[in-house]
Amino acid sequence: MEQLGAGGIIAGILTQFVPVWIGMVVIFAISIATKRKTGLYGRLFDSPVGMIGFGLVIFWVLTAIFADLIALYDPLEQISGMKNKKPGWPVEGQEGMYYLLGGDALARDVFSRMVYGSLTVLKIAPTATLFAFMVGVTLGLPAGYFTGRLDDGLSFLANLVLAFPVILLFYLLVTPEIRSTGIPVYLAAVLFLFPIVFLVVLMQTKFSTQPGKMWFWLSIVLVLGLWAYSGLAFNRDPFGVFSMDPNLLNIFVSVVFVNSPTVFRIVRGLTMDIKTRDYVAAAQTRGEGPWYIMLWEILPNARGPLIVDFCLRIGYTTILLGTLGFFGLGVSPESPDWGMTINEGRKLLSIHPHPALPPALALMSLVLGLNLLADGLREQSLKD
Amino acid sequence: MLTFLLKRSWIMLLTALCLTAIVFFLTNIYPNLEKLAKTQGNMRMTDEQVERWLGDRGYLRPMVSRYGEWLGVMPGWTNTDEDGKFTGRCVNPDDTPETASRFCGVLQGDFGMSTVFKEEVGAIIVKKMGLTGMLMLWVMIVMIPMALIVGVLAGMKEGSRTDRSLSTFAITTTATPEYVSGVIFVVIFSSSMVGLKWFKGSAASAMNEITFENFTLPVMTIALYGMGYIARMTRASMAEVMTAQYIRTARLKGVSFPKIVLKHALRNALIAPFTVIMLQFPYLLTGVVIVETLFNYKGFGWTLVQAASNNDIEMLMGASIIAVIFVLVTQLISDIGYVYLNPRIRVS
Amino acid sequence: MTKSDYDGPILEIENLSISFFTRAGEIPAVMDFSCTVMPGEAMGLVGESGCGKSTVALGVMQDLGVNGKVVGGTIKFKGRDLASFTPDELRDIRGSEIAMIYQEPMASLNPAMKIGKQLAEVPMIHEGASYADAITLALEMVEKVRLPDPQRILNSYPHQLSGGQQQRIVIAMALMSKPSLLILDEPTTALDVTVEAGIVDLVKELGETTGTSMLFISHNLGLVMDTCDRLCVMYSGEAVETGSIEDVFDHMRHPYTQALFRSIPLPGADKNARPLVAIPGNFPLPHERPPGCNFGPRCDYFVEGRCNVGVISMSDVPGKNRDRHESRCVKWDEIDWHAPIAAKVETEVTEPGDVILKIQDLKKYYEVSASALFSSGERRVVKANETLSFEAREAETLAIVGESGCGKSTLAKMLMGLETATDGAITLENKDIGNTEIEDRDTRTVADIQMVFQNPFDTLNPSHKVGDQIIRVLEKFGVGATVAERNEKMLELLDLVKLPREFAGRMPRQLSGGQKQRVGIARAFAGAPKIVVADEPVSALDVSVQAAVTDLLMEIQRVSRTTLLFISHDLSIVRYLADRVLVMYLGHIVELGTTDQVFSPPYHPYTEALLSAVPIADTKIKKKRIVLDGDIPSAMNPPSGCPFQTRCARKSSVPGNLCETQVPPMRILADGHQVKCHLSDDVLEQMEPVITIVAAE
Repeated sequence: MEQLGAGGIIAGILTQFVPVWIGMVVIFAISIATKRKTGLYGRLFDSPVGMIGFGLVIFWVLTAIFADLIALYDPLEQISGMKNKKPGWPVEGQEGMYYLLGGDALARDVFSRMVYGSLTVLKIAPTATLFAFMVGVTLGLPAGYFTGRLDDGLSFLANLVLAFPVILLFYLLVTPEIRSTGIPVYLAAVLFLFPIVFLVVLMQTKFSTQPGKMWFWLSIVLVLGLWAYSGLAFNRDPFGVFSMDPNLLNIFVSVVFVNSPTVFRIVRGLTMDIKTRDYVAAAQTRGEGPWYIMLWEILPNARGPLIVDFCLRIGYTTILLGTLGFFGLGVSPESPDWGMTINEGRKLLSIHPHPALPPALALMSLVLGLNLLADGLREQSLKD
Repeated sequence: MLTFLLKRSWIMLLTALCLTAIVFFLTNIYPNLEKLAKTQGNMRMTDEQVERWLGDRGYLRPMVSRYGEWLGVMPGWTNTDEDGKFTGRCVNPDDTPETASRFCGVLQGDFGMSTVFKEEVGAIIVKKMGLTGMLMLWVMIVMIPMALIVGVLAGMKEGSRTDRSLSTFAITTTATPEYVSGVIFVVIFSSSMVGLKWFKGSAASAMNEITFENFTLPVMTIALYGMGYIARMTRASMAEVMTAQYIRTARLKGVSFPKIVLKHALRNALIAPFTVIMLQFPYLLTGVVIVETLFNYKGFGWTLVQAASNNDIEMLMGASIIAVIFVLVTQLISDIGYVYLNPRIRVS
Repeated sequence: MTKSDYDGPILEIENLSISFFTRAGEIPAVMDFSCTVMPGEAMGLVGESGCGKSTVALGVMQDLGVNGKVVGGTIKFKGRDLASFTPDELRDIRGSEIAMIYQEPMASLNPAMKIGKQLAEVPMIHEGASYADAITLALEMVEKVRLPDPQRILNSYPHQLSGGQQQRIVIAMALMSKPSLLILDEPTTALDVTVEAGIVDLVKELGETTGTSMLFISHNLGLVMDTCDRLCVMYSGEAVETGSIEDVFDHMRHPYTQALFRSIPLPGADKNARPLVAIPGNFPLPHERPPGCNFGPRCDYFVEGRCNVGVISMSDVPGKNRDRHESRCVKWDEIDWHAPIAAKVETEVTEPGDVILKIQDLKKYYEVSASALFSSGERRVVKANETLSFEAREAETLAIVGESGCGKSTLAKMLMGLETATDGAITLENKDIGNTEIEDRDTRTVADIQMVFQNPFDTLNPSHKVGDQIIRVLEKFGVGATVAERNEKMLELLDLVKLPREFAGRMPRQLSGGQKQRVGIARAFAGAPKIVVADEPVSALDVSVQAAVTDLLMEIQRVSRTTLLFISHDLSIVRYLADRVLVMYLGHIVELGTTDQVFSPPYHPYTEALLSAVPIADTKIKKKRIVLDGDIPSAMNPPSGCPFQTRCARKSSVPGNLCETQVPPMRILADGHQVKCHLSDDVLEQMEPVITIVAAE
């Protein structure tokens, strides 16, 4: 068999992504057809920038979902004779099979590793960002609303974390030695509590005038929340549904930890602005409690900037995860994590650039997509 | 003004203390000490040997007093072993209990010895800061004017074609972290694959002599990533100012467009980006670490990586002090600068 | 263009149409608009927000932005079509031939440039003057607009001046190169009434001395009457009536002009005997304009088949002594313009009941640091409220009048429990609530004092449905036992404020300002309150909507016998609806009495000045002109002695330096009429009424 030319490689890749193309066509068709009814999401399809961003993001989301269909090989599978082979190199003994983007230094398929890399990123980045938002919102609202001592204290802590060079913090926090002391678990125990606290307060304030409903929702939140909490933070889920690899937990917690102070500052600023509005005064004059006002009067009106920041922050978290991988602090030494693959590839960069380039471009396009999406959302939310 | 500075200094001091205490704690937890012992002594040491090794060097005493010693507010430990050999934190090999100094910490200007580089931490820092300073200087020279020009041009006429293309450019650069752009640059400009070979893929030679060939790629890599963010901030600020009523006033009293931009808009538009630029410095640090590793430029960032992967406690502590002071000073400058650029706050 | 001798009309606008092009398509903002401004003439452009009056001004300046475009007609300046000007020629006449003054003085000055430099720019650009010459000219101009210490002012930044001073600077800047045409776009809307009066005087005087023509844009008919020779009334993008002040004010020939005059509270209107007539319906959105007459759907004289077909153009109203009077109405010569107002139900005067709220020696001091950023430990005390004492009875309307910084909002906050009193007592039905914060008040007390807020765009939470927001109040106050009951009650409340029931499912952004304010009223009355504090509830609304909302408020109050504390700076509306009036200045109550007592002599000198400052849109009214010097002092740094002494016109009638050294005592002049002033009894007695009706019809 012969090595594929550029056209053959492109054709091969496009064919592998067929499930993604179908998915994108369906999603775009439905979204554009219903765009007048879906609010801000629908208005995204009025802005070319927003659409391109959304397309890039949804491309990678679908890639992650269909990774098993798209990838040709297992990301860890090594085939002898394929070490550092050029893109489009045929696999010996397998008719019609190619390493579309070549082989890496350990004779693994670069294309399949890139595809599976999206799965790693999209499993961690959005959830970690979500957790960071829960922490930032739960602390930022009272800091901005009450101000005074509480604000001084929390702001000091936030600035403390922000003053830490990110890279030093990661070098100190994401190590096997730290894991053996159990510090990540303690951090997780604190940080993972915030979503539960947030949801409990949310339900309690909303339904405080209807105790029946309140207890119903509270019990659901508490049962599900504490169940997930026991599994994720302590790995002690009695039913074994929720669990997290200690290494993954370590990275996850660290990422949440460095992201939440920034979210805290944004939420605090927004709260200070919104609390001067008359409708907040109106809520106060009918005797609403502070947490009701924060969560149901202020937070919904801060959602615009927060959604935009959420998109940007997922991108930033993706970059952060890449940085971790680049310094060899990634999820696991073998995993097809993009940052890690770039790091492995850079050693032979000037001779064999092909293993490092695909993950680099993949990461860039995902982050670019998120940034464009955020820009489109910001632009559309301002038009009213 | 004075009270403001005093208050800020106090907060800075407190932050620095908290941060170094955290670094100290994290580097001195037992598993890290064990790692230190094994890398410095012998990989196959038994647990008892590790304990002895650590105990002899004073690592096993309470963390708080050792942090105090490092700071220089508590006297350094001393020990005389069975053989009558006198050792201690502040003891030089030929010191006797009488001649050895009691305090040797940061306050005394003594940052300790690096276990990796076998050199005074202070000396290493001075040397490495010089190298990194050079890199940062060039990054600033390239990045700030470029970012401001891009931002002002884009924000001058919001929605125009110039705006759209420059904004897309800025967004793309913010989406390209150093380890991605660095890799791409190396492939394009220095690999044998593409064959342009304009620049060198390594900046090791730049430590002795900076040339266009060996320094362009590292500088561009950092500058490009940092630039996008500042450019977008400048654009937003400029676009907002251009819609302000006083710009309309200026236009309707007959001021020409170039003069509106230069005399009326620019100063107001640069207030916000100024703080952003200053606050961007600390983030550049991560970029510096990546780029120095990628291009093998042995500056401060490279040293930090070496120290961190070998748990070189004194080196890490020294490096974190420098990093923290750097962050806090830029914050302070950003605050003061904001006030001086903005007459509305200055006088009231 | 040279400033040659030209004696034709300065500005001729003919059949001007301006549209804005957005994603939703073309939105016509101005249609078929014509007007002419002669040299030295002052032309008023009057209409409600969204009627296109500011767009006309921007059209004249040829500054419509990227989306705006002149789609028809011409604008001629000194006989030359502005559309034919090159960009360079346009820049030449902007600032030198045509100058503009804007609504927000603070926003229209560059915050980072010294005043002197901003002023000097004008002659430097247009006359090529040197900086030194330009500054000399600027100094002269600053003196001309009667600002104290011109040298210091030239060296200051805009934020160091007060709002009134800033506006004088903007005026100075506009007059720097003696323009032929001055456009004033709501120049006093952002200012307090007493400051406004000074600016209006200045503009009038400068207009007379320099002979500059003026285009004066305002929503305030009274202001236009005070400043202009002619006016043009606009409605929904069209001019509906134009003519001299006398013609339009006294012999109006368009139903909209008539309706507008009937909906503003002029002296003589009374909430019981002669209520205001609100214009029914809503202002049409630009893309929902009806065929034919835009005002048709809201017009009393509407005739199917005539008013809603074809294009209606301006037609001349002939008559002796009439000066170019035109109206855009097909029926103007058929309508009986002298017919009395179609009988509106007169209502009984409600008798106030027992005292429900008693306020005694109430004080509120704030401690603030002198500078926000560099807080140097120096704390200043702001005396927001100083020993306030008054009572309010059941079903009574008590108006609290004052300008910015007088402490009326602080008083409202203390009543609501958002702030606690520094000293003194607030007694609500024998219960002291002055020191109870809102969190510690029981549900009944909270429900008993409710508030209607000023800004309709801020009063409803934009994220929740209208119905849900009302239901939440009902839940909080324990009204209704079940969800269904509360839902029913919510719908009844919508009925009460005359909103359709389907509004319950709408989001606030789908409502107009007046509708939002109605929801705000429904919310305040949901828990059957004893007291409703209305903080300028209609000041942000358009004139025609104001009347409807005011009437609604009065009607609900009458039925529920609620005590209404009506906070306002607008004396016309206060005279219309209040039973008793309380005038505040810098935290002090300076006068308190029944509406008749306060509006007729003897006055407190501040009340007197305030009355004189309020523009009244009635040619038959003669006002005594009292213009106060300077601006309202800052509450941070109040004057010694009487708070009003720095601006008082009658200070010289008080012997010695009593006014500077002592806060005057509260004096009882008549039953229930109190004044805080040092003036002797005979001076007070000799005071003449500020407003007199010259000729009865």
